[in-house]
Amino acid sequence: MFGKLTIEALPLYSAIAASGALITVGGAFVVFVVVTWLKAWKYLWTEWLTSVDHKRIGVMYIVLALIMLMRGFVDAIMMRAQQAMALDAGGYLPPEHFDQIFSSHGTIMIFFMAMPFMTGLMNIAVPLQIGTRDVAFPFLNSLSLWLSAAGAALVMVSLVIGKFSTAGWTGYPPYSGIEYNPGVGVDYWIWALLISGFGSTLTGINFVVTILKRRAPGMGLMRMTPFTWTALCTSVLMAFAFPGLTVACGLLALDRLLGMHFFTNGQGGNMMNYPNLFWIWGHPEVYILILPAFGVFSEVVSTFSKKRLFGYESLVYATAAIAILSFTVWLHHFFTMGSSANVNAFFGVTTMIIAVPTGVKVFNWLLTMYRGRITFHPSMLWTVGFIVTFVIGGMTGVLLAMPPADFLMHNTTFLVAHFHNMIIPGMLFGYLAGYMYWFPKAFGFKMNEPWGVAAFWFWTIGFYLAFMPLYVLGFMGMPRRMEQYNDPTWQPWLLAAAGGAVLILIGIACLVIQLAVSIRDRRKAADVTGDPYDGRTLEWATSSPPPPYNFAVLPEVRDREPLVDMKERGVVYQRPRAYEDIEMPKNSAVGIVLGGLAFVLGFGVVWHIWWLVIVCGLAMWVTLALRASDDDSEFVLSAAEVERIEDARYRALGNQVGSRP
Amino acid sequence: MERHGLRSYLVGFVLAVVLTAIPFYLVATHALPPSRIMYVIAAAAVLQILVHLRFFLHLNFTTTPRENLLAIAFTAVLLFIMVGGSFWIMIDLHYRMAL
Amino acid sequence: MNANVTAVPSHHQPEGSDAHDQRALGFWLYLMGDAVIFGLLFMTYGIMVGNTAGGPSGKALFSLNNAALETALLLVSSTTFGFASLASRAGNRPAVLSWLLLTFVLGAGFIFLEIREFLGMIAAGAGPDRSGFLSAFFTLVGTHGTHVSVGLVWILIMSGQVFLKGLSLPVTSRLFRLGLFWHFLDIAWVGIFSVVYLPGLL
Repeated sequence: MFGKLTIEALPLYSAIAASGALITVGGAFVVFVVVTWLKAWKYLWTEWLTSVDHKRIGVMYIVLALIMLMRGFVDAIMMRAQQAMALDAGGYLPPEHFDQIFSSHGTIMIFFMAMPFMTGLMNIAVPLQIGTRDVAFPFLNSLSLWLSAAGAALVMVSLVIGKFSTAGWTGYPPYSGIEYNPGVGVDYWIWALLISGFGSTLTGINFVVTILKRRAPGMGLMRMTPFTWTALCTSVLMAFAFPGLTVACGLLALDRLLGMHFFTNGQGGNMMNYPNLFWIWGHPEVYILILPAFGVFSEVVSTFSKKRLFGYESLVYATAAIAILSFTVWLHHFFTMGSSANVNAFFGVTTMIIAVPTGVKVFNWLLTMYRGRITFHPSMLWTVGFIVTFVIGGMTGVLLAMPPADFLMHNTTFLVAHFHNMIIPGMLFGYLAGYMYWFPKAFGFKMNEPWGVAAFWFWTIGFYLAFMPLYVLGFMGMPRRMEQYNDPTWQPWLLAAAGGAVLILIGIACLVIQLAVSIRDRRKAADVTGDPYDGRTLEWATSSPPPPYNFAVLPEVRDREPLVDMKERGVVYQRPRAYEDIEMPKNSAVGIVLGGLAFVLGFGVVWHIWWLVIVCGLAMWVTLALRASDDDSEFVLSAAEVERIEDARYRALGNQVGSRP
Repeated sequence: MERHGLRSYLVGFVLAVVLTAIPFYLVATHALPPSRIMYVIAAAAVLQILVHLRFFLHLNFTTTPRENLLAIAFTAVLLFIMVGGSFWIMIDLHYRMAL
Repeated sequence: MNANVTAVPSHHQPEGSDAHDQRALGFWLYLMGDAVIFGLLFMTYGIMVGNTAGGPSGKALFSLNNAALETALLLVSSTTFGFASLASRAGNRPAVLSWLLLTFVLGAGFIFLEIREFLGMIAAGAGPDRSGFLSAFFTLVGTHGTHVSVGLVWILIMSGQVFLKGLSLPVTSRLFRLGLFWHFLDIAWVGIFSVVYLPGLL
């Protein structure tokens, strides 16, 4: 009836695990109570959970990302604490628990923090930047969100019922196969990835079509904003790379569920094909994550230097080059698996080549800042911090790109330091910069700047303190993922790293406080005009937050910086002669329903509750078929209603010019 | 327009039948040495896929939207890199480790 | 400010041809992603075709006649779907339904033969859990078969829509995408018999 699920699945075997479960359940309970107390269920359901509006979906993605950032960071601080203490088995975590923690840390940060954060920023900004009403497929957009949430929910549930994978965020077989890992952990991991990965593929397709087909009149490709360019390239990567993950995890699932022999130790299995398949996805994935961050930096650097972006064309070509080259380097993740010198050398060379276009971008950003009039808005601080710190990580990457060097440093903490040196200053600083940059647009009030600055400094100093020692430890020979060690010369460095983690913890606290203070002070910091930075691109022409339809009249674009051009011509807040009816997509519960069913189906597969899997599968198909037969998915916003909304905007702007004849 | 469309499917069907029959016949009768037959199978497959793309999916350089052509070209390049690259890697590993 | 208020007419992105084109491109991109999945499954098959682990190889298991019959059914079904597409463009509802029904029957025949083949192999101890080669075979061919089965369900749903709603723009637009899907599956099958069955029987 319940498959493998029994009461033993509860984490009562360890106080730490039990606390983790309690916090998870407690957190969900608190949210439930607060929403009920505020009587906000109907509001939440109609305005947010069933919304197909890209602006709302974007916000929900970022909420998911920020929650999972904290969840994943708990793993980080537990690991740093363990390793600081673990000389001669002095740590507080048993190996199996430590293994779950490093596995969930990576899985959560990549799939449920970084991907949603990036997707959320793309959702909020791209349709506004290209001057359109919404993405090409608003319903699929909602579905993608809820599939990501379903994946995250599976990982969270593993804290309470059962255990998580101990096979790392990459899940290599045969260790992750059914013979050596018969428990539920790896299955949780597989299905969280397959479900959310499908959502990511849909997002990729959605944004490619949106950007290629829905740009405002006059906006040729070379007039798009740099963020939109990176969003396009990332979306192409998402659409074409995620199939690799589907195959890798899918075949592993077949091995585990149906006893197949893709990656087993005998019976004709070939375990080396797994890293091959996984990294065919995995390498483009890290570029999926970094390109939008680069896009944010391009926007921020030009806005806060009050200067046109330097070298736009080279930035575009560099982005496209990075996207294409990202498919040619994947073997550098397994130089040590045993390929011959020619193979390793080829991929080593391509890996070094891919560093070049990023270098081009760094010079473009620096030259944009040169002779600009710079304001150090927190987003600009994140950008400067990124440029300095990311370059260090890039250089260690070029070092690792040489197979003979990699043979010494593969799977040491040098590697861990390298990729965190790319991910944190690159990806996370970029997303935080984007978050602070577009927050006023999304909510109508500015973020508190002092707390943003504080967050930046604690994160940056904390990052250096946490990860520079790991480079040293890598050179000293310390492998990654160690639950204990017996070389006392390592401990001082690990203590320093733990100190860095504490500083980052304070940085996260600053982010939380910043948000709370911003909300508290929202009336004082209201963004009345919708253009808090004297912006250069189309999103700043709308109100903050924009109306549901974004633009009452789709803008006509004549320049790469449309808002600069419109301001110079004096037409930026011009009222149209008349308004027209606007067709809008209706809200839909199908996205969240399918997400919920996907979660239950995943849970059922993990615990081998086959009747549940069949029921959910059928329900999903029926729901999908009904949705696919639905011809009544739009409604009309009357011209009068549009005018009413626009009137309110113009009142706020204090601009009475251009009223009807 | 009607007849044009009908002709497309009929021509496509006949070509596909021919390009299917040849390799099947060769395998059934072993009329050529196996390595030769492999070449014929491969060539017939590539040609038949092109026939399908042209006569069933109506892909062409005039009416097909540019984005769709770009997408299929990009996919072809990616398949070359991913499948070709994987074969290179895995066969090389096979020789070094017999796995 | 200034008195000449030039209004750029709000051409809202209309339903109809724009939406159809966007959906066609979106679906095409999905098919390209599917092509990558198949490509990787073909690759996996290619590197595992020799991994029979002392068990049977393709030579012992495959039937040329069965493969030929399956190929014929699928190829003809692609053609009949083409006729359905023509009828749809001509607005001929009964013809669309007839050709869809015929396509369904041919496709169902294909699935019947494939399931029979799979069950036969499993009964003979050559199931997907016997060896790496067989895992790769069942997964590659089975993934294709699963796609065809989904297509069959989709044909039924579209037949229902055509019957109940007629050849409206949303319905014909969906039929177009189903056509892309169905022809794509026939292309994948060309790959399968060329990589799996024919070389296996050489």
